[in-house]
Amino acid sequence: MSATLAQTGLPSRKLEAWKYTDLRPLAALAPAAAPEIADIAALAADLPSFPGPRLVFVNGRRAASLSVPAPAGVITDLATGGDFAPFAPAPLAALNARLAQDGAAIHVPEGLDAGTLALVHLTIAEDAAPVFVHPRHRIALAAGATLTLVEYAGGRGVYWQNPVIEIMLAPGATLRHVRIQAEDRESFHTATIFVDLLAGARYDAFTLGLGARLARSECHARLGGAGAIAHLAAVQLLRGAQHGDITTVVAHDAPGCASRQTVKSVVDGRAHAVFQGRIEVARAAQKTDGYQMSQALLLSPDAEIDCKPELEIFADDVKCSHGATIGALDPEQLFYLRARGIPEAAARAMLVRAFLIDAIEAVSEAGARALLERAIDDWWEGAR
Amino acid sequence: MSAFAEPRDPIQAATEGRYKWGFETAIEMEIAPKGLNEDIIRLISAKKDEPEWLLAWRLKAFAAWRETSEPDWAKVKHPPIDYQALHYYAAPKRKPGPKSLAEVDPELLATYEKLGIPLRERAILAGVEGAGAAEVRPDIAPGVAIDAVFDSVSVATTFRETLAKAGVIFCPISEAVREHPDLVRRYLGSVVPPGDNFFAALNSAVFTDGSFVFVPKGVRCPMELSTYFRINARNTGQFERTLIIAEAGASVSYLEGCTAPQRDENQLHAAVVELVALDDATIKYSTVQNWYPGDAEGRGGIYNFVTKRGACRGARSKISWTQVETGSAITWKYPSCILQGEGSVGEFYSVAVTNHHQQADTGTKMIHLGANTKSTIIAKGISAGRSNNTYRGLVRMMPRAQGARNFTQCDSLLIGDRCGAHTVPYIESRNPSARVEHEATTSKIADDQLFYCRSRGLSQEDAVNLIVNGFCKDVLKELPMEFAVEAQKLLAVSLEGSVG
Repeated sequence: MSATLAQTGLPSRKLEAWKYTDLRPLAALAPAAAPEIADIAALAADLPSFPGPRLVFVNGRRAASLSVPAPAGVITDLATGGDFAPFAPAPLAALNARLAQDGAAIHVPEGLDAGTLALVHLTIAEDAAPVFVHPRHRIALAAGATLTLVEYAGGRGVYWQNPVIEIMLAPGATLRHVRIQAEDRESFHTATIFVDLLAGARYDAFTLGLGARLARSECHARLGGAGAIAHLAAVQLLRGAQHGDITTVVAHDAPGCASRQTVKSVVDGRAHAVFQGRIEVARAAQKTDGYQMSQALLLSPDAEIDCKPELEIFADDVKCSHGATIGALDPEQLFYLRARGIPEAAARAMLVRAFLIDAIEAVSEAGARALLERAIDDWWEGAR
Repeated sequence: MSAFAEPRDPIQAATEGRYKWGFETAIEMEIAPKGLNEDIIRLISAKKDEPEWLLAWRLKAFAAWRETSEPDWAKVKHPPIDYQALHYYAAPKRKPGPKSLAEVDPELLATYEKLGIPLRERAILAGVEGAGAAEVRPDIAPGVAIDAVFDSVSVATTFRETLAKAGVIFCPISEAVREHPDLVRRYLGSVVPPGDNFFAALNSAVFTDGSFVFVPKGVRCPMELSTYFRINARNTGQFERTLIIAEAGASVSYLEGCTAPQRDENQLHAAVVELVALDDATIKYSTVQNWYPGDAEGRGGIYNFVTKRGACRGARSKISWTQVETGSAITWKYPSCILQGEGSVGEFYSVAVTNHHQQADTGTKMIHLGANTKSTIIAKGISAGRSNNTYRGLVRMMPRAQGARNFTQCDSLLIGDRCGAHTVPYIESRNPSARVEHEATTSKIADDQLFYCRSRGLSQEDAVNLIVNGFCKDVLKELPMEFAVEAQKLLAVSLEGSVG
């Protein structure tokens, strides 16, 4: 594998899109394809507590015994095909295309509200040898269909998880996509998500990045039909020597579309957070409403944040804006809470929670919200 | 209904007006052969009677230039530049000093006329014997000292004596090399090293002239200093080198204005400006750039690839860049501040206007090294026609920039649906106590704003002017009086009525 990696050439920092994220530690890892796990039943305890139907993948392979079937009408077969438009080149997605073995193909038929479906990845690399997994999923919602997809990634050991998700939303379809990345702190997680929205479709995404030694979540959303709406919210909580990267490209190709992005990074220890977000507005995309806000909180003197919010606009009748702020906890706010008898640690936790609230609010579905809140609480507990 | 239903043609006619300052002066020139090699550099150095160290410095820069390649990251497109097809040296032929204005080359006088230089100053500029600086009475009008850069050699420098009385040195850099070699040697290349980037290396190798300003300790420069940059000879790249040093407690305001004759071929301009501010010093550098932008089809025009950087070395020092960029076919320019001294302040105020096929990729870098350093960035981009206008900026908070602060605002205005407006900010922080705020917006001139103005009897053009001037107000108010007026006129000329 190491030879393959060297040949494919993981993107280097010389590539503008990879300016702030260095994959050399990953290249040095030289992982091999993840082996099949014999005793899958023993992994039940590793699953997130989340009710309802779920698709579980262990080391990149579908684990039917851990999965709970989806409601009638929803196809979760391995069927390939579907009219997926080719997406912008992304080096890690190309690597995935070459190495992918398994994945889910989810199809929700016209007009069906399919409720909530969980998509769980567990990667177990308990031997000393590092492994890789390249899952590839395709999700298609037919006209007017609705789905809430809760994605969870976790595992144990040193591994590289490199999923690609292709999403196609037909006119009027709505996908709520909640992603919780809670990988082992020794692992690497690089996800590439492509979303194609047709007229009036809606994509509401929330990504929580907690785990991994190095993580990157890269989302390319293309608003290809009039009146489509994309909301991309993300929170990353980093500490120790973690590296977290949230990259988005929102392409407005049709008139009258709206996009909203709210990204929050909390950086402690020697961690390094990256946010790169680009809004592209094509000539045809008049009446575009694009908004992006990225905020970062640095909690330690050695923490680092790099932020690159970009606008690329070729239409004149548009309203596009972005904002970015970087700072520490406000000492005055801390003092206010301390003066009311709240211990320092609790006061800090309270302020960080308040900082995150407008991003988390994007998740309305109760089960997903609960899972999310728990994950954030656990992270905070682990900090002390 | 209204205002916006008006035909666009008369408006376009107004914007497509001939380049107002497109004149060419036929003065006898002394030109080096085309091409760039060590011999040309030796020739330039010899022509200017330069000391050995400067020649060595140039050759070192040339070696660095050959090692680097032309940057390709900016959002600009142009055919490849043949650096061997340019002249690297052109000087007006020297004549003995004329006795009166009547003896001065009428072409030169006509140039001054078009530049709007007052009569008395023309005599001084043209080197008329006896036309001394003593004539200038600052009590009547605040003096503006002009170092006219006529192609590559500073034709003359005015107000020298008034400035000398205050201890300020303001002269062509070639003269400074001869008369103040220690100062030049100490500071030249200390902010923009010879090998800094492709264009800076080129400039360091072949720069022919530019301005040198030295304001000694505690001196407040008694007048605004000004240079008119002009590119005149056909096919000569112009490589100006400007060095401004403000010692502790000193302050100076420097104005740079540009006009160039109309011509067909693209011309290369790669200037380097270095500013050094020591403790409590203040340098204000203002630019109005109005070089020939090419015609409505995008033919011709100046390539403006400039490296401008200021170092706030001393505590509480301040460097402020203000620019109004309306000209040039391509602008590649990032006036930057290195905020080293504790509590030092960097400012960048910019208006960039592009029309027709112009391309501008401009912005700033604010590198916060010292504690409690502050920077402000206000950038306004206006794109019309088929032009592309990019703001590209970097704000970097280094680990020792305790309590540092940055505020950035980038606003873009699009006029017409064939143009592009882009914003590419890089924000990097390694200090939790540093605060960075960035905001950017893109919009067009709102129909209701136009309607409001029209319903109060303003013409379409006046309404657009009013709105654009309002859009740029935060920047224009930073310009010194002399420039503010010219800048407003330029905005009007560049954009009047190009409403989408």
